[in-house]
Amino acid sequence: MSDGKIDFVDLRVRYGRREALKGVTFDVRRHEILGIIGPAQSGKTTLLRTINRTIDDVPGAVVSGAVRVDGEDVRLAPDLYGLRRKIGMVAPLPVGLPLSIFDNVAFAPRMAGIRNRHDLEGRVEQCLRQAALWEEVKDRLDSLGTKLSGGQQQRLTIARALSHDPEVLCLDEFSIAIDPVTTMRIEDVLRDLRSRMTIILVTNLVQQARRLADRTAFLLNGNLVEVDRTDVIFSEQPASRKTYEYVNGIFG
Amino acid sequence: MQGRRRWELLVEAAIEALIRLCGVSAILFVFGIFFFVFREGAGYLFNGFSPRGFFLSPEWYPTSQSHVRYGVLALIAGTASVTVLAMALAVPFGIGAAIFVSEFCGARWKEILKITIELLAAIPSVVWGFIGLTVMNPLIMQLFEVPIGLNVLNGGLILALMSVPIIVSIGEDALKAVPDSYREAALALGVTRWQLVYRVLLPAAKNGLLAAVLLGVGRAVGETMAVLMATGHAVTIPTSVMDSVRTLTATIAAELGEAPVNSEHYQVLFIIGILLFTITFIVNLTADLIVRGVRRR
Amino acid sequence: MFQATPLTRRKGYSELVARTIFLAMTAMMVLPLILIVSYLFYKAWPILSPEFLLAVPRNGMRAGGIWSPLLGTIYLVVISLVIATPIGVLAAVFLNEYARENWMTRVVNLAVVNLAGVPSIVHALFGLGAFVLFAHLGKSILAASLTLAIMTLPVIIASTKEALASVPLAFREACWNVGATRWQTIRHVVLPNSISGILTGVILQVSRAAGETAPIMFTGVVFFKAIPEGKLFAYGLFDQCMALSMHLFTISTQVPDVPAALPYGTAVVLLSSVLAVNAMAIALRVYLRARKKW
Repeated sequence: MSDGKIDFVDLRVRYGRREALKGVTFDVRRHEILGIIGPAQSGKTTLLRTINRTIDDVPGAVVSGAVRVDGEDVRLAPDLYGLRRKIGMVAPLPVGLPLSIFDNVAFAPRMAGIRNRHDLEGRVEQCLRQAALWEEVKDRLDSLGTKLSGGQQQRLTIARALSHDPEVLCLDEFSIAIDPVTTMRIEDVLRDLRSRMTIILVTNLVQQARRLADRTAFLLNGNLVEVDRTDVIFSEQPASRKTYEYVNGIFG
Repeated sequence: MQGRRRWELLVEAAIEALIRLCGVSAILFVFGIFFFVFREGAGYLFNGFSPRGFFLSPEWYPTSQSHVRYGVLALIAGTASVTVLAMALAVPFGIGAAIFVSEFCGARWKEILKITIELLAAIPSVVWGFIGLTVMNPLIMQLFEVPIGLNVLNGGLILALMSVPIIVSIGEDALKAVPDSYREAALALGVTRWQLVYRVLLPAAKNGLLAAVLLGVGRAVGETMAVLMATGHAVTIPTSVMDSVRTLTATIAAELGEAPVNSEHYQVLFIIGILLFTITFIVNLTADLIVRGVRRR
Repeated sequence: MFQATPLTRRKGYSELVARTIFLAMTAMMVLPLILIVSYLFYKAWPILSPEFLLAVPRNGMRAGGIWSPLLGTIYLVVISLVIATPIGVLAAVFLNEYARENWMTRVVNLAVVNLAGVPSIVHALFGLGAFVLFAHLGKSILAASLTLAIMTLPVIIASTKEALASVPLAFREACWNVGATRWQTIRHVVLPNSISGILTGVILQVSRAAGETAPIMFTGVVFFKAIPEGKLFAYGLFDQCMALSMHLFTISTQVPDVPAALPYGTAVVLLSSVLAVNAMAIALRVYLRARKKW
């Protein structure tokens, strides 16, 4: 029995006949930033989807094995939506909901039952500050979230993810559609957030994992090649030759 | 879980159940239509019904004092003749227009034409019938020097104009669904636009175009008011387009008011309704299967 | 430069011919329509006036106006709209948001397509058998409206489905990721952004319901019914009524010696209303395409 924040136990996922994850076992420790690297189609996004069970909505997806959060199997969670609120998720493409900026960030608290305007205002400001977006939008909280720039929408997504007080924050290649300056700002945000929550950072930029992650996992074709401290993964002697080759750009 | 949370999930489940119910309501309604129409007409079927006498006899004398007969052959011929004429006109023109809008048209004209066709489709059938009665009727009488202008030609022309919009809009969808790569490849080989249409697009879109035609046929067969007003009153098998006919649909509309409830005449009219339902059901089902075949590719 | 060889010259020529043929075909559909509609207006011109709309038919419908049929049509349209819209919208929500890719969904879609293809006279028979007789509603505005509602259901379903489908999946996923339920997502994000398409469907439903004759002929609409002029609530739910479409049919085929302008006038009013309503739907579509929120 591990005391990891999240445990993957022989997790297998297939979409119809295609196997996306072929028996992955590792854990994510509390208050760490775990990087997950690997080429496309390695199962990284699938892995994240099993945590908050959005995999359930993918037609034809079959999951076996277990994913445990705080020791409890997510498939047996009594409140699916409570589980999803424990996990913050940031998708690769920035999404501003077609609501005002205020309503974007207040959406999750409202759905969870918070109605008091004062509480909501406080929560919205706090999350926008944490996401490093407050200064830019504080005077136009009523304007549409969809009209923001890509970098702003991604930070808005982070603010939305923070708005329901998650214990785990998952980011899926958050930087692929935004500019480098915003990427750096978000990386600073992640460093600040680490003290309060566990962060899983899926990225196709290995240097990003090197900069931010405490430990890094390398996924290849649905298999976990290795997971270790980041400095080991990026050293001359990681446990697997394949890791060395991927990290140094010899393939992928 | 808090009590409030449990209550909210319950409400949500109830709403979802309502939504599912509405979703399957379409199935319920289709079955319902068949059931209730059949119910009113069933008496006729279980009272010594002879399919031969019904389908193959052109003698329709429901109100005869001496010898009541319910042969629908003439009515079927009426429906068929008007539909065939309508399709003979609507299909080439409709597909021609679909080709024009899809391949030969500039963006602004495309919008204008599509709007015109949509408005054409919106004209109520009773107005079409009125046009057949007051515009086509004298025109035909003058042009062809016949005593009555309410005939197969009149009904066929009107039905053609009514069916064209559906053929154009679905035909245009079918042509739009042909990938641009086909067009680019053909044009790169130096073919003219006509060759592109004739040799590449029409074969590629043929399933969708076939479905468009089928849906046009369904529309024509099911049309009631326009043919009631434009084809005349003669229950005979037509021998020329100048003959007056009566379609299945018009017969029901014209005679239901006079047939006493639950009389044999009344029941027969409902059975004709079942016949119509079956025909259009098969036509629509076929069109749908054809279109699905396309989509899967 | 490039000299046109006989081959290319022939090709250019055939392209022009093709273009002209197809243009002619399209024109041959559109021009007669324009001519016919103009002719109708021309013949109806003498009688078109506000009095025509507000007066009831008199003298065995050989004189007077069309107030009673007009009011009846409004009743039928409004009531059928109120019945059809919630069912249609929720059915489309089911098809687009909840239904999985299985045989059941295919059957439902098939049913909707078939419902749309049922001949109008068969709807009349259904209405007669189910609402007038079986449900004992008698020939009434209610029975006729119910029949119209079921007939126009596919219109609302189709428009709503299209509107829902145009909302990107990414929005829904973003909502699910923060713990919103399916219905919360639909209610707060998907539906509010589909209102335009739903409205288009409603407008199209109105236009269809106003123009239909056969379904209402045997379920509640009559030849003639005397009502006081100018009163808005002259009909009751279980009364029979007159309707514009039926009125046109009646005075052009069942009543002898009607002055010519009367049926033309009725036709023009009916046609203009239906076209105006459709034009509204088209304008709404164009307007909303310009105002997209994303």
